[in-house]
Amino acid sequence: MATISIPTSNVSTGATRTRRRIRTRLPAAFALLPTALVVLVVYIGCMLWTVRLSFTSSTLLPKLDWVGFAQYSRLFVNDRFVTSAENIVIFGALFISGCLILGFLLAVFIDQNVRGESVFRTMFLYPYAMSFVVTGVAWQWFLNPGLGLQKLVRDMGFTSFTFDWLVNQNMAIYTIVIAGLWHGSGLTMAILLAGLRGVDEDLWKAARVDGIPTWRVYTSVVLPLLRPMIVTATVLLTAGVVKLYDLVVAMTLGGPGIATEVPAKFVMDHLFERNNIALGTAAATIMLIAVVAVLAPWIYARYIRPQGRHA
Amino acid sequence: MRPQTRISAYTLSFALLCSSSAFAQQKAEVLHWWTSAGESASVKVFADQFTKAGGTWVDNAIAGGANARTAGINRMVGGNPPTMMQFNTGKQFDELVSNDLVRDVEQKAQAGKWREIMPKSIVEASVRNGKFYAVPVNIHGQNWLFYNTKVFADAGLEAPKTFPELIQSGEKLKAKGIIPIALGGQPNWEHNLFRAVLVGHGGPDMFRKLYGARDQQAVKSPKFKETVELFGKMRGLVDPGSPGRNWNDATALVITNKAAMHFNGDWAKGEFIAAGQTTGKEYGCTLVGEGGGKLVIGGDVFVFPAMKDKTATATQDKLIDVLLDPASQLEFNKKKGSIPVRMDVDVSSMDVCAQKSNAVLKDPANQVEAMELLSTPNFSGAMQDAVTQFWNNPNMSADAFVEKITNAMRDAS
Repeated sequence: MATISIPTSNVSTGATRTRRRIRTRLPAAFALLPTALVVLVVYIGCMLWTVRLSFTSSTLLPKLDWVGFAQYSRLFVNDRFVTSAENIVIFGALFISGCLILGFLLAVFIDQNVRGESVFRTMFLYPYAMSFVVTGVAWQWFLNPGLGLQKLVRDMGFTSFTFDWLVNQNMAIYTIVIAGLWHGSGLTMAILLAGLRGVDEDLWKAARVDGIPTWRVYTSVVLPLLRPMIVTATVLLTAGVVKLYDLVVAMTLGGPGIATEVPAKFVMDHLFERNNIALGTAAATIMLIAVVAVLAPWIYARYIRPQGRHA
Repeated sequence: MRPQTRISAYTLSFALLCSSSAFAQQKAEVLHWWTSAGESASVKVFADQFTKAGGTWVDNAIAGGANARTAGINRMVGGNPPTMMQFNTGKQFDELVSNDLVRDVEQKAQAGKWREIMPKSIVEASVRNGKFYAVPVNIHGQNWLFYNTKVFADAGLEAPKTFPELIQSGEKLKAKGIIPIALGGQPNWEHNLFRAVLVGHGGPDMFRKLYGARDQQAVKSPKFKETVELFGKMRGLVDPGSPGRNWNDATALVITNKAAMHFNGDWAKGEFIAAGQTTGKEYGCTLVGEGGGKLVIGGDVFVFPAMKDKTATATQDKLIDVLLDPASQLEFNKKKGSIPVRMDVDVSSMDVCAQKSNAVLKDPANQVEAMELLSTPNFSGAMQDAVTQFWNNPNMSADAFVEKITNAMRDAS
């Protein structure tokens, strides 16, 4: 009898524990339900809806027919979309690497216990407080050959000075990068500075005792320690790259010609100005695929692989 | 509750309901994108007239045409439409008609003889399946050449009549250190300039064949190539600061004697007026092109969302009376810079440019319907992409441009 009663009681306590666990977790699950619904319906739902619409011939209003990949084949022969895709790659690479390098240098500079540190910190972070629209308009004026920098230098007597990147088809995208760097490096600096301040003072002392030059400590000791900060900054900057729209609209409106068009602007124009929902959503779907393609290896490396290793 | 009180409670609530619907009868929510100083002053003319007629005007102005249209269309699809909503004359509201989201106003049109008092192309742009679905309120000319009279007089030149002439005068002005053409170097203004050249040099038929019929043969013709080459030569007549410039900054260059000429719609008059200048004195307006020039006309219309509620329909009818009342037409268009959509309104109290518009339009052969009336937003957009690429790349040949246009004709919906 005893041998039988032990497993029975075990099972019953197991069941009560599960039931108790459900009971304690129920309020939490309930509280999270709205968020989960929003994520499911709004984000995932709209994503699926967008993908679905890209296979239709919708123009002003959504229409649920099926035209296969017709919109996609239109998209890839569209000069403007191809240019947009090239531009976002150029901008993304230069903007992210530039912000990280500049931000790190600024952070290191401030970390030298300079006098008036808070003034410099505010100054460097200040551009980030501006919206992209203000940034774009300010840089448009500054880089306009007839109003800004070029005129200023010419008026000072250097009449052959030319800096017309803003109105030059081949160089205009780099002016967007410059404005983006001005806007974004301050934030990167703030994040990396927080990381620098977190570096153990003892490490510095040890390095000093060993007689290691400061730059070497930064590159070989501090930089690896900053890894999480760098990852955070990169993720934030990448989000800025994908949604790049307002800066371009304010600064060049995609011009000269189509030289500074970006995918987000392509989507917006086709959805709201050109009554071409299908082509706009097709472009949006391509953007989604590109983002997923970039994020997937990272998510795999960060979340999936380590778990597999531990198990 | 005793029966008596119950009855009185019902009567009271019934009375309340009645009075609230009677109140709603007068109320009109109007969605539009007239937000600049001159524009809001002009829409106020309608609002005041409607108030005078006993209604309540609820102004819902949303800055930016595309934003306003998106908001309005979303509300219509969602079943909560405004009483009246603005569109540009043309194809923007086609799908609203085919989806029965807006009502026809044919009865009012027949009573008011709209087909007789409005220019033919404006009528055609408002009629779908034989019925009026939109109420036009004004006519904007889109291809005016505004020129600085002083700059031209100083250079000993006359205002150009044709585009080859314009390029010759432009070269002379450039040699004198004046910006020959002030251009807002944004894709839509570059496209507007292209259309001015096309209608002036290529002629109205070619304009219609390109934007309306999408005739590939027409754009492969020698005359079209000649037009494109003229347009290409004009690249040398704008200043290097043009790309990205706003149109009103371009107008300001003419106002301040820095530039000689500026192609724009008649809305640019507002800038000259704001600078204290008078038409015919400091600046002139003319149409460039063979045979005296044709006027490309578009404008604004109001559409009326279909409502189940009868009182709302009555309010809409009342609004239509206000919009097309001759007095409010004159006042509205004076402030807006356009001309009355009713050709029977006396325009002698308007400025010289408006009078010129009215005189030109008296002859139907001079009326050219604007791109918005002929082409879908999608094809117009694809053309804009082609034009801005050609304009900004001096190395692109006319043939390459023609190829881009034929691609756009094929791909755009």
